[in-house]
Amino acid sequence: MSGWELLASGWGVNLLVGAISTLQISALAYLLGLVIGLFGALGKLTGGKITRRLLDGYTTIVRSVPELLLIVILYYTGTQALNNLLVSIGYDPIRINGFIAAVAVLGVVQGAYSTEVLRGAIQAIPIGQIEAAKAYGMPPLLLFRRITLPAMLPYAIPGLSNLWLNATKDSALISVVGYLELTKITQQAAGGTKWYFMFYTVAGALYLLISLVSLKAFGMLDNYVRRGQPKVR
Amino acid sequence: MDFSVLIDFLPLILKGLYYTILLLVLSLVFGMILAIPIGLVQVTGPRPLAWLATAFCTVIRGTPLLIQLYILYYGLGSLFPQMPWIRESFMWPVLREGFFYAVLAFTLSFAGYEGAIMKGAFASVPKGELEAARAFGMSPFTVLRRIWLPRAIRIVLPTLGGETILQLKATPIAALVTVVELYGAAGQIYRSTLDFFPPMIMVAVIYILLTFIITRLFNMVERQVPQRR
Repeated sequence: MSGWELLASGWGVNLLVGAISTLQISALAYLLGLVIGLFGALGKLTGGKITRRLLDGYTTIVRSVPELLLIVILYYTGTQALNNLLVSIGYDPIRINGFIAAVAVLGVVQGAYSTEVLRGAIQAIPIGQIEAAKAYGMPPLLLFRRITLPAMLPYAIPGLSNLWLNATKDSALISVVGYLELTKITQQAAGGTKWYFMFYTVAGALYLLISLVSLKAFGMLDNYVRRGQPKVR
Repeated sequence: MDFSVLIDFLPLILKGLYYTILLLVLSLVFGMILAIPIGLVQVTGPRPLAWLATAFCTVIRGTPLLIQLYILYYGLGSLFPQMPWIRESFMWPVLREGFFYAVLAFTLSFAGYEGAIMKGAFASVPKGELEAARAFGMSPFTVLRRIWLPRAIRIVLPTLGGETILQLKATPIAALVTVVELYGAAGQIYRSTLDFFPPMIMVAVIYILLTFIITRLFNMVERQVPQRR
């Protein structure tokens, strides 16, 4: 069979399913990371000494340990801790859903990077803007929604764009713990048919497509959040 | 968790550390050598070369390193044995090893990321300095060697430490193509002791220490270079 026939015979569809799975994992992990990051950033900026120490420890350790090692450690720790907990309260150990584990593990990694991006963005807001809002008597939540959030976005979007691209690329590492996303399915396809070069190239092209479309989308988003600001350069 | 078992595996751990550092240094050096022309042609042209260099950077930065490594290791690796002249060549023992493909993949990856950065650095060297060099009658190559390249490298120097750390954090992927670097060594220890945490925590700590050392090293280098703004 030729390469095209192999792709048409069902492997092509499998790869596309894998790409969708990769997108789902990345998107949910990215969102989880953003939620962790938002609380992390607010904790670092407004929290007490202990909160700040803990968050510093989290971001420093996660950002200096290789992602692959971190994913393997978190996956192993998380599934084992959950099963120990289940056994200790009298349930049988379960097989943990690979999808949820993948999202949780990647999300915790993303959270550390998001924390730093969002902290930097919030700190870049001219302090006078926040003081003015306080002087108007805005309660904290309203201040966050009306001032902090829209004012920080232009500073945050470039970093967040990078993080999303990293999330899609790091999701390939999830294949080592066995979840069927694009890379794992490609491994099966390539190993099963011996068409290594073609299948990995097709997978690479799908990842590249995801990256290019994302870059375009984030470029548009960047223009939107910068509306009304003078053009850079 | 019993960390004392690790003492028996000290030679393996040291071997892993050696391969991690070797992989890092080789890919940084070769990657940087490639990154300089890749960055330069994007600024000076000629057009087709500039286009090619930009496409290279986009592809490298837009796909996971894991996929790049698999394309080279399984893809090229499955094509090579079919070519008799390669099998019979003196390079064959090297071309059979995962380490060769890991160095190749990491070198190309670093060249792609650093090439994009070098492009920015070459572009941001003040025009006047290059014009002054030309006015002195320097040939284009001398301008590059004496003025343009040294200035560009000073511009990227503050980012180089961070890029090196990113590269270090990519090295465990080599274990997936049979290279016994730190993470690969940890995997072997895990398989023979069936105790997951001691080897994994230990290599995580080693990576943190390496990160710390690299940060220090680059801070020292940066202080050696006089900066005038």
